[in-house]
Amino acid sequence: MKRALGLYAACIYAFLHVPLLVLAVFSFNRSRFSTWGGFSLDWYAAIARDPTLREATANSLLIAVVSTVLATVVGTAASYAMWKRKSPLVSGALYASLVTPEIVTGVSLLAFYQWIFHYVHLQLGLWTVILAHVAFSIAFVVIVVNSRLKSFDATLEEAAMDLGATEWEAFWRVTLPSILPGVIAAALLAFTVSIDDYVITSFVAGVDSQTLPMVIYGMARRGVNPSVNAISTLIVTALGVLILVSERLQRVRE
Amino acid sequence: MSRLRTLFLLPGAVTMVLLFAVPLAIVFIYSLLTRGAYFGLGPPWTLDNYARVWDPLYAGVLWRSLVEAGLASFICLVLGFPLALFISQAGPRKNLYLNLVMLPFWTSFLVRLYAWIFLLRDTGLVNTVLQNLGLIHEPLPMLYNDGAVMLGLVYGHLPFMVLPLYATLERLDRNLLEASADLGARPWTTLALVTLPLCRPGIIAGTVLVFIPALGAYLVPDLLGGGKSIMIGNVVQNQFTTARDWPFGAALSFAVMAVVLILMAVLARRGGEDLA
Amino acid sequence: MAHILELRNVSRSYGGNKVVDGVSLEIEQGTLFSLLGPSGCGKTTTLRMVAGFDQPESGEIILAGKPIAHLRPYERNVSTVFQNYALFPHLSVRDNIEFGLRRKRASDIDKRVREMLELVQLTGKEQRLPAQLSGGERQRVALARSLVLAPDVLLLDEPLSALDPILRKQVRTELQALQRRVGITFLMVTHDQEEALVLSDQIAVMNGGRIEQVGTPQGIYMTPRTRFVAGFLGAVNWIDGIGVRPEAVRMARSNPRTGSRSRPATIETLRFLGNCVHIESRLANGEKVVCETAFDHEPFTPGEPVHVWWNVSDELRFQQ
Repeated sequence: MKRALGLYAACIYAFLHVPLLVLAVFSFNRSRFSTWGGFSLDWYAAIARDPTLREATANSLLIAVVSTVLATVVGTAASYAMWKRKSPLVSGALYASLVTPEIVTGVSLLAFYQWIFHYVHLQLGLWTVILAHVAFSIAFVVIVVNSRLKSFDATLEEAAMDLGATEWEAFWRVTLPSILPGVIAAALLAFTVSIDDYVITSFVAGVDSQTLPMVIYGMARRGVNPSVNAISTLIVTALGVLILVSERLQRVRE
Repeated sequence: MSRLRTLFLLPGAVTMVLLFAVPLAIVFIYSLLTRGAYFGLGPPWTLDNYARVWDPLYAGVLWRSLVEAGLASFICLVLGFPLALFISQAGPRKNLYLNLVMLPFWTSFLVRLYAWIFLLRDTGLVNTVLQNLGLIHEPLPMLYNDGAVMLGLVYGHLPFMVLPLYATLERLDRNLLEASADLGARPWTTLALVTLPLCRPGIIAGTVLVFIPALGAYLVPDLLGGGKSIMIGNVVQNQFTTARDWPFGAALSFAVMAVVLILMAVLARRGGEDLA
Repeated sequence: MAHILELRNVSRSYGGNKVVDGVSLEIEQGTLFSLLGPSGCGKTTTLRMVAGFDQPESGEIILAGKPIAHLRPYERNVSTVFQNYALFPHLSVRDNIEFGLRRKRASDIDKRVREMLELVQLTGKEQRLPAQLSGGERQRVALARSLVLAPDVLLLDEPLSALDPILRKQVRTELQALQRRVGITFLMVTHDQEEALVLSDQIAVMNGGRIEQVGTPQGIYMTPRTRFVAGFLGAVNWIDGIGVRPEAVRMARSNPRTGSRSRPATIETLRFLGNCVHIESRLANGEKVVCETAFDHEPFTPGEPVHVWWNVSDELRFQQ
């Protein structure tokens, strides 16, 4: 039974990971088609020259970095506040936002922005995307930080205050340092969900704020293009390196 | 009790009100309005949009989406349970195997769907290889059908099933399994009579966690269904873009939300505490 | 058949560390046998090997005349009462007790369950879930669940440790009475020497994966084979290398009688323990001697010079 289970697990892991591996291998294929035509970096050269891709990448990174910083600060603060005393309304809203289908979040934000634009002379752009990303990332941040706070010993804070620390000092010098790995993990998650989002972004992005997933989506809709294999491989590799580096850093800390 | 707590909670609360609650409220109000002549919408107030949800054309898609999400949850459960069992018995390698399940969370969903297009389309890798081997002469139509959508739903949401299942299996008292063997139960009997019943919270949590995103799926049917196998998410998107019927799109959104919220209540009641 | 269970030179190690090291035991049918020792002495691993949850690396286990070391837990006619009872939380009392009978496809399930419920005084509570029972009731369900299968040997892993101290003494007597009534051989693991002494027909004292001594409670208390056994079963005064238990030591103001040994000492502390008094004194060479005695004489005062004495026949003699 044990061996059969192991074999089965191998099959599921293959199902989960082989498609991406194949994609990565074929990003180095000289041929345009699904037959191997020899090793080549042509497609990487092609995407490096593409101005649309360059702009979209810059947009995506800007959006992801800004929204991650905002969502992590706001989310960590909220998580800490709710750890001190529960707030059913806020945590209810956070869980509801987590389970709301992306498409509904997208249309509701679009409707919201359009309604504001009735009264204020503004239009869709990078800022609308950033605010949208902050809104849907906070719940992820809160969940991750929350699980870290759960294992944090509250008497440490009491001890700090007993020794004369103010509430803020107790948070800043005692609580935050010990939940920092959780905060970093939360930021990482916020960053990846932001850089990957297509559905919500596609509703709230302006004409001048195309993101990388939007460009990839457009290319994928038009059919298979080896350039997409190359970008995909780069994205997955970059995210993988990011995760590995942050994990190393956290291990060194501990 | 403290000003610091209020100060810390405020930005999050304001963000959730402004960028989550208010937008949803606006959509709800729109769902009660009438579509205007061109792009606009306005009075009179009406429930017609909700009545239209029951139009066989749309109710059919909604029903199909429910069935497909249910089927995807079931397949994920069947595929995911043995995997969760395997990980929980893996000893020191547990974390490695668990991370291998988590890995997809950290890679782009869009890219992973694109990988399947690359594999499955008519001139894709699988068809090319099969044709070169002489096993088939015509490419197999593997993409842009219900099967491809189901594949995408299962592929994309399997980790949501495995994680809660693993969490309950991990917390299972090993003595209970030993007690079962001690009382004469063979491994399969123990699995059926002890392990599975005690995993119920994980099964409920996993099923809901797969069902909810699968029900609202937009990218999977859009990319792998290719417009031929659509789900309710695609109809909502269409109403807000091409069809420009925002009131009806809003009503459809709330129909989906209603299902989701009911399920969430079920989860909070029966498996929620195990998930948190 | 004289021996229902026999262990022959059984060994088990984890990561190069010998947890059970050449253990041999013979347990007579119908007795209550205890494995006694400190935590980490290998007693629980020994029990788990008999149950089949762990396999010996070498040696053989013989149950009712047949070797069983290679059999899976569900193929052995032994049953375990777990330390935490391991009652199935999703099954009622009745379903828990029926569990093993159903696996064996027993014929008269209803009748046997009813008799068992009566035996452990749980009639009327058969529909309850384990969470709805008290600690003592849970333990009785665990016992019933195993006993109903009429195992050749019932294995009990620290059966009283999950109960609170007051309940423990009461359940202790009930457990012994139950064993006498059903006549099934009990093999119990415990680290509590009082529990082992009160309950057992035979005790095996374990230390560092080995058996130090096997014997009746009186036998090992009165004539321990090693210093470890002497010390584990009760307090010992070591006077010039000779061991004497506190209750065998006497204090006197006058010269002791002939036929006994004595040492001059100074009273240090008197401790009142309720049913007895501990008088602590110190010898000239600095060794401390404790005397346990009833509170029936003129109390000594700290600093008072006394004679510590004992009968030669009360000295503990070791074989090594």
